[in-house]
Amino acid sequence: MATAAYESAGERSSWLEVLHDWVTTVDHKKIGIMYVIMAVVFLVIAGVEALLMRWQLLQPGSEVIAPDTFNQLFTMHGTTMVFFVGMPILIGIANYVVPLQIGARDMAFPRLNAFGFWVTLFGGLFVYFSFLTGGAPNFGWFAYSPLTERTFARGPAADFWALGLIVSGTGTLTAGINFIASILAMRAPGMTLRKVPFFTWTILWTAVQIVLVMPPLTVSLVMVMLDRQLGAHFFDPQNGGSAYLWQHLFWFFGHPEVYILILPVFGMISEVIPVFARKVLFGYEFMAAATMAIVFISLGVWAHHMFCVGMGRTLDLVFAVSTLLVSIPTGIKMFNWLATMYGGRLWFASTMLFAVGFLSMFLIGGLTGIMLAAAPFDFQVSDTYFVVGHFHFVLIGGTLFGVFAGIHYWYPKATGRMLSERLARWQFWLLFIGFVLTFGPMHLSGMLGMPRRIYTYEMDRGWTFWNQLTTFGALVQAPSFLIFAYNVVVSLWKGKPAGDNPWQAWTLEWTTTSPPPSYNFEEVPIVHSRRPIWDLQHPDDPDWKYE
Amino acid sequence: MSFASLLAVSGGPAQNLSIFDPVSPPAESIRDLAFLIFAITGLIFLIVEGILLYSVFRFRHGPPNGGAEPPQVYGSTPIEIAWTAAPALIVFVMTLVITRTLWEVNVDPKTPPTDSKPLRVTVIGHQWWWEYVYESYDGEKLGFITANELHVPASNLKVASERRPVYLTLQSADVCHSFWVPRLAGKMDLIPGRTNSLWFETGHKELFLGQCAEFCGTQHAKMLLRVNVDAPDDFARWLLEQQKPAIDDAKDPKVAEGKKTFLAHSCVNCHRVRGTSAVGSYGPDLTHLMSRKTLASGILPNSRDNLRKWIADPQVVKPGCLMPAFGLSAENLERIVDYLASLR
Repeated sequence: MATAAYESAGERSSWLEVLHDWVTTVDHKKIGIMYVIMAVVFLVIAGVEALLMRWQLLQPGSEVIAPDTFNQLFTMHGTTMVFFVGMPILIGIANYVVPLQIGARDMAFPRLNAFGFWVTLFGGLFVYFSFLTGGAPNFGWFAYSPLTERTFARGPAADFWALGLIVSGTGTLTAGINFIASILAMRAPGMTLRKVPFFTWTILWTAVQIVLVMPPLTVSLVMVMLDRQLGAHFFDPQNGGSAYLWQHLFWFFGHPEVYILILPVFGMISEVIPVFARKVLFGYEFMAAATMAIVFISLGVWAHHMFCVGMGRTLDLVFAVSTLLVSIPTGIKMFNWLATMYGGRLWFASTMLFAVGFLSMFLIGGLTGIMLAAAPFDFQVSDTYFVVGHFHFVLIGGTLFGVFAGIHYWYPKATGRMLSERLARWQFWLLFIGFVLTFGPMHLSGMLGMPRRIYTYEMDRGWTFWNQLTTFGALVQAPSFLIFAYNVVVSLWKGKPAGDNPWQAWTLEWTTTSPPPSYNFEEVPIVHSRRPIWDLQHPDDPDWKYE
Repeated sequence: MSFASLLAVSGGPAQNLSIFDPVSPPAESIRDLAFLIFAITGLIFLIVEGILLYSVFRFRHGPPNGGAEPPQVYGSTPIEIAWTAAPALIVFVMTLVITRTLWEVNVDPKTPPTDSKPLRVTVIGHQWWWEYVYESYDGEKLGFITANELHVPASNLKVASERRPVYLTLQSADVCHSFWVPRLAGKMDLIPGRTNSLWFETGHKELFLGQCAEFCGTQHAKMLLRVNVDAPDDFARWLLEQQKPAIDDAKDPKVAEGKKTFLAHSCVNCHRVRGTSAVGSYGPDLTHLMSRKTLASGILPNSRDNLRKWIADPQVVKPGCLMPAFGLSAENLERIVDYLASLR
């Protein structure tokens, strides 16, 4: 195997050999790293798209960017962030960490794992290829029919978009299946399902969510392709199709998708906070049950994206209540994290800074989410910048802050080097301040009547100041990403050696070397509790007594 | 109200589109609900963020120095039950207030308040302009079409017989749009193949602004809404004027020449001027074009200069819009402007 050749070659291998090794690898760690690299590259692309939009919106009536170009930018920004940044970065980290956490030597289906990565990457490249055909898709990431029909989207962009998402969605689906199989079948001896590390638990349920909602998206996209290529009329109202049907189909995927993007982060936070508070996770069972509750309830909330389509007040009420119900298990999680911190000895390494940043910002995103569950409030703020502000608090303040916590936490394990703490602090504070300045004012401009997805606005609307603040915030954020990239690359050579367990954590991945060998563990570890290292360190007072 | 006024002053001299400054019952109901929910979520924010900050400062500590670990607390069922029950209670209360507001806002358009004089207008969304079909007022059939600037009568909400609620029937000719004038009512989408409705009622004789709130293609940003609330007498006069066919000022030779030029060009394939052979329906009705204050769905003041600029090349003014430049000679352009400027 190529990986074995790479391991055995003590001398420096040529770049061609290294490339060959990475392209053909089925090692879950290398695949995980490739997922993360792919996501970071797309993150930079989507970030540039966002900056261009903020440049255009700096002044009312600005003509920096043409209308259709602007519409392409927000479509690609949304599509990229959800499908080619959010999911790959989470699947990538999980790919790296889950087999290590459960004491396995690889995922259940290593070849399927490699297939999933490459297909996800090709799907992303395919969607971006549309730029070369005369323009990217320009109908928004949720692509409301009939904007995707041939009548309104004449070029091939919509085909590239739909096909690309079908292809990358297949990759996501295989990753989901692989996680379920690995977690159910490959746990170390003694690790019952009730004793898996919490991150692994959330990945299990994220995978269930993926398996439940990716196929409906794929089928809906196939229907779009049938409409466009074979003259079917699923979403074409002029020929008896239904524009409204697309909204139901898309959001049946689209809302659970949000939870696919946040559940793994809940898992990361549930790993980081106990370690940096030096306490066991408070209420593991309730946290675990809350995760399952979120998965199931979130399958029944999708139409809260559709309060303004005229479903009628009864359906509006049903979806408002189901949405409010999600706040209960989410609240349980928040309270348990706080209880874990309470009475601990908090160690504010940058990892913990990002975790606490997550707690404070995700809280705001969650609370504006409760506001948005109130259907009549949506009659005003739906499709405005208020919503844009809300979901960026969830996806940047929540997912991205959590992902940074996770990357800072596991980087030493993956590379054997520590990240520069000084640079990490700069990264955190620039991101934190820039983030609040960017997305806070969006709530205000939205409530002042500014719809989303407008390429320009009138001078007399009173939105100018808030838009300028938003653009300023984006400029504060931008360098934090550069610092992060610099830190990640330079620390590979200059970082302090990490050792096996730099954070004095308690789960199995910290028992092997940093970076772990391709086979992960020399001996298959035997587990008695959720914190195997704690048990070893405290033989007089082990965890399994309390579980 | 301090929050609302803070928002209002922040942008300098501005039009007011704030959802916190409603002048119509559905928008007022939503504002009241919003304040209640802000209060609830604000309280939760203060408590949770307070505990978080307290923990951060109270329990900060350096890296673990190999010494003793803090006491390990594995959980507590009573506490878990407490912080499950408390949010559940809040969810219950919110369900009640949401239900009340939903039933206030979302009324049956078929049953207006007794003795009131309802105005019914069908709004048809087009890429990127609004068509208004005036159906009936106070039970009387109207049946004329205008575009982009909605006129409605002011209501007196205190006297049953002087109430003049406005009921809009919402449809779309192409893609999804959304009708949103924040101070009058929440938004409602216009979806092809479906019929939605929206209502509002106000005593404020002002101009209310809004714009399309569902992405609808290239010029979504310039699909602006203008709702003029007129005194009932003015509104009745406006209705009379609008119902007439185009007023043919044939005495003016320039207008007569212009009309001939207009009717001879492809303008008539898309535009209607009632009383002439121009009966197109893809573009805005031009019968009383000069009674409107703006052009191109609210983006330009309706002046002779702007009209000329628009007809000469709409793609410069509103890139991507569905009206092409026809390459008119300067002479023909001037003639057509002469004619259109006469359509009062």
